[in-house]
Amino acid sequence: MSHSDRVKYLPGKEPHPREHRLIFKNIDREGWDPSIDCYMQDGGYDQLKKAITMEPIDITNEVKTSGLRGRGGAGFPTGVKWGFIPPGNTKPVYLICNCDESEPGTFKDRYIVHQDPHQLIEGMVISAFAVGAHTAFIYMREEFPEAAIIMEKAIEEAREKGFVGKNILGSGFDLEIWVHRGAAAYICGEETGLIESLEGKRPYPRIKPPYFPAALGLYMAPTIVNNVESLCHVKHIIEMGGEEYAKLGVDRNTGTRILCVSGDVKKPGYYEIQVGKMTMRELLNEVCGGPLDGREFKAVIPGGSSSKILRCDETFKIGRGDDATDLSFWDIQLDFDTLAACGSMAGSGGVIVLDNSRKMSWVLNNINHFYAHESCGQCTPCREGSTWMKKISDRIVEGKASPEDIKTLEEVAYQIDGKTVCAFGEASSWPVEAIIDKFRGELTAETSETNERLSKEQLQREQFLGKV
Amino acid sequence: MSETLTPQLPKDEAAEKGLVNVQIDGTWIQVPKGTRMIEACKMAEKEVPHYCYHPKLTSPGNCRMCLVQMGMPPRPAPGAEPVYGDDGYQEIGWMPRPVISCANTVGENMGIRTTGKLVEEVREGVMEFLLINHPLDCPICDQAGECSLQEFSVEHGRGQSRFVEDKVKKPKNVDIGPRINLDDERCIMCSRCIRFMDEVADDAVLGFSERGTHTTVTCHPDRRLDSNYGMNTIDLCPVGALTSKDFRFQMRVWFLKETNSIDVNCGTGCNTTIWTRGSKVYRVTPRRNDDVNSEWMPDSHRLAFHETQGDDRLTDPMIKVDGKHEITDWNTALTAAADALKEFQASEIAIIASARQTNEELFLTKALADTLGITTLATVPRTGEPDGKLISADRNPNTNGANLILGATPTTEIIKQKLHSGEIKALLILNEDVFEAAGFTHDDLAPAEFIISSNIIANKTAHASDIFLPGASFAEKRGSMINVTGRLQRLNQAIQPTGNAREDWEIIRDLILTITGEKNDMFMIENVLKMIATNIPEFNGITFSKIGDQGIPLIETGVEIPLLTKERAQAAAGIIVG
Repeated sequence: MSHSDRVKYLPGKEPHPREHRLIFKNIDREGWDPSIDCYMQDGGYDQLKKAITMEPIDITNEVKTSGLRGRGGAGFPTGVKWGFIPPGNTKPVYLICNCDESEPGTFKDRYIVHQDPHQLIEGMVISAFAVGAHTAFIYMREEFPEAAIIMEKAIEEAREKGFVGKNILGSGFDLEIWVHRGAAAYICGEETGLIESLEGKRPYPRIKPPYFPAALGLYMAPTIVNNVESLCHVKHIIEMGGEEYAKLGVDRNTGTRILCVSGDVKKPGYYEIQVGKMTMRELLNEVCGGPLDGREFKAVIPGGSSSKILRCDETFKIGRGDDATDLSFWDIQLDFDTLAACGSMAGSGGVIVLDNSRKMSWVLNNINHFYAHESCGQCTPCREGSTWMKKISDRIVEGKASPEDIKTLEEVAYQIDGKTVCAFGEASSWPVEAIIDKFRGELTAETSETNERLSKEQLQREQFLGKV
Repeated sequence: MSETLTPQLPKDEAAEKGLVNVQIDGTWIQVPKGTRMIEACKMAEKEVPHYCYHPKLTSPGNCRMCLVQMGMPPRPAPGAEPVYGDDGYQEIGWMPRPVISCANTVGENMGIRTTGKLVEEVREGVMEFLLINHPLDCPICDQAGECSLQEFSVEHGRGQSRFVEDKVKKPKNVDIGPRINLDDERCIMCSRCIRFMDEVADDAVLGFSERGTHTTVTCHPDRRLDSNYGMNTIDLCPVGALTSKDFRFQMRVWFLKETNSIDVNCGTGCNTTIWTRGSKVYRVTPRRNDDVNSEWMPDSHRLAFHETQGDDRLTDPMIKVDGKHEITDWNTALTAAADALKEFQASEIAIIASARQTNEELFLTKALADTLGITTLATVPRTGEPDGKLISADRNPNTNGANLILGATPTTEIIKQKLHSGEIKALLILNEDVFEAAGFTHDDLAPAEFIISSNIIANKTAHASDIFLPGASFAEKRGSMINVTGRLQRLNQAIQPTGNAREDWEIIRDLILTITGEKNDMFMIENVLKMIATNIPEFNGITFSKIGDQGIPLIETGVEIPLLTKERAQAAAGIIVG
């Protein structure tokens, strides 16, 4: 970006030269504050002024052209999602900004809502205008109390300037934005769970079909739910034009995205990169400064805790049959499709790095604890299975498990996977499936045949059935 | 017209009738468009196990027991035509992931597999999850024997548990309402009770608290599950989490005999099942009838059977001697009654009959009146506040039958006046307590020289009677009644009349026999209905077997049952199956 060269950052917080700061341009910027004046001095709300004169369908088409894929986890094309609102719809349309950033390992949206609230508001007003929504909500996770205040203040500022409220910039377009605070539940990040919560109910995710939010969302009206980062990108797509934006990143994986690197690296933090324009090697060794002294990288969880773990010494088969090529872990380019081809996902961009000081049983148990605690309890496999997995991994960590338990744990995970109301089933079972699959030897080494896994009664029964 | 018409494809054939073709476990059937997959499977006589799904409630799809494998024809490439096989159907591409059959609807050329490796593995998995934290206390659980958890675990479960961890502890023996007990450990969180209270009972007192495996069904703070429809949640509960305080620990359900009958506490005539063992009624539960009570009934009516099994139940005919009742036999009582009635002019006798009587009893009452030439024949109206659901303002179960058979009748007020004026000297009171129902006082009855009454319990009218004839309760007799909507329904005999009591139609028939001394053809209650069918045009051709367990519409009354109106609107909106 031409003007990004002029941007100065706080000492020690300068972006890495390999970064491409679009969304995070103003994060940790010298002399930057979340006020509207500061934002407008930097060209803020210019894109809204431009967008409001466009036809809504043209905005949607620009977003489609840009190839923007949702940054919340699933990576679904944003413009396509907007197009799902039923034609001839007569109900009100709602726009919801999903700011329930609760995927472990993810910490990008929090910087936007804390430091650059107006970027989000501008993105939201443009998006709401595109989809025809006159009411928009920011669903803010409970753990962001300060951000809620900042956001509320920013909305008021924007209202005073005529960017929010009635007759925005004299266009005749009205939009109200409400900040709604959650009550600290991971499941509220699931879009239909979020909608239920917004309606004032328990955040039990809805079954799909029939309750696809774009048709039957909030109050059974068409609803578009987008991640904070995705909505911010809309502003930049208007600024650059969809075609120009699509030149960022790689084919079908366009734009920039923020990677949140945590764990065992020298320089953990957030890095905004062009999607797919960086490999694991570059990210971990170059950008993040390599492993801690005296340690070696062992594994990486590439897209938030629910994505499948990747071993650093793994080689993946990409493609099918004769066309299949080998891809080593270090050469994985960080985009949606490559990570999916490696059997994992880009998810929410939360890269969790583990080195050889970490026991995989502890990692497994930590993740299981989280999902057992956060399962909403609506549907059977997740409700019962997530806690069962936790209990088994508890015993593995305590050294009370037998090799048979590893097998049971794996089967339980597959028993949950794909059988639940929402994606939580996969979120809780994929890490278990992957960790067992890739670290079976290490886990089994922590178990002992002598551990009595069965009660006496069960043992007798198994002997009777000839199974022991 | 061309003679080389291409044969019509099954899809077009079905579409003409508003149907779609669905292949269920390899067999093609046609079902209405928009049918839920689980209902389509039912039509194909394939059982899909389920817990949370109930046709009368919304479908949250939370139990995951009804997962089946679904397949659709592959979408043709742009510009390509779909390919049809020799049988006229497209090839089905099966999905690798299971789908819930309760909330998804069928489509043309859809395939459903309710068996096979995928489905069986899924069911086994869900079953295992449901059982790991279940207390498995079947030996002391009232639901045992009618528990879906037991049934499906036998059919679809693993047979043995892999769960060696500690189970989750939850509240037990929770006093959740005046008539209902809750055991949270047994609960499988299907949410049927919660949805029923919200959607049908309009009293959303139930909900979940906690989350994950600790999820617990609870009543809202400072509320109780005290709705008059609350006990329906006991029937809905697929496990033993919600049990009836009235029925719990009384009897194992497999010892009970089920008799289909109807409720006699108001004009709606909810269809019921009477559960009996020996000569005792243990419980009454609602039975599905989409034209009467859907699947529900009010608690007050469900528990009303206790009144017929109390200590005040009269079991023998009695004659008053020197102001005191003495037990006697039927012959003596009936002869005394016949003799007494003959003492009076026909115009001096009044009959107070009841709209609680069956059509057969009413018809014989009319016959008795005609035999003696009695013209003063009244019934007692009984009304109350309708509840806007199933309880009708008319608290008599057979007002329409009484109107049809007896025609216009004088009010009991006129009889009261005629007693005071001395015009009426003798009373025959059938199935009514004139004190309770018609506002009679001892002073009102004092002018009566002779009172004969029949009833089942020792009420004030029975005390005042010179001759008392013990009748049968609703569970002890057969007969037919016409409900508020004009539907003719059948009472069936679940148990024998207690003691020496007799079915009421027999009592009146025997009284006629004793008075006339002539034989008649009324050996069985069927003979009485046959006579009604010949004498009253509306009943033309009616027999008990034609009435059946679901009843038949007999007359137009224009009355609607509010609960059904609401249910039909929900079904029309597609919220429920109905």
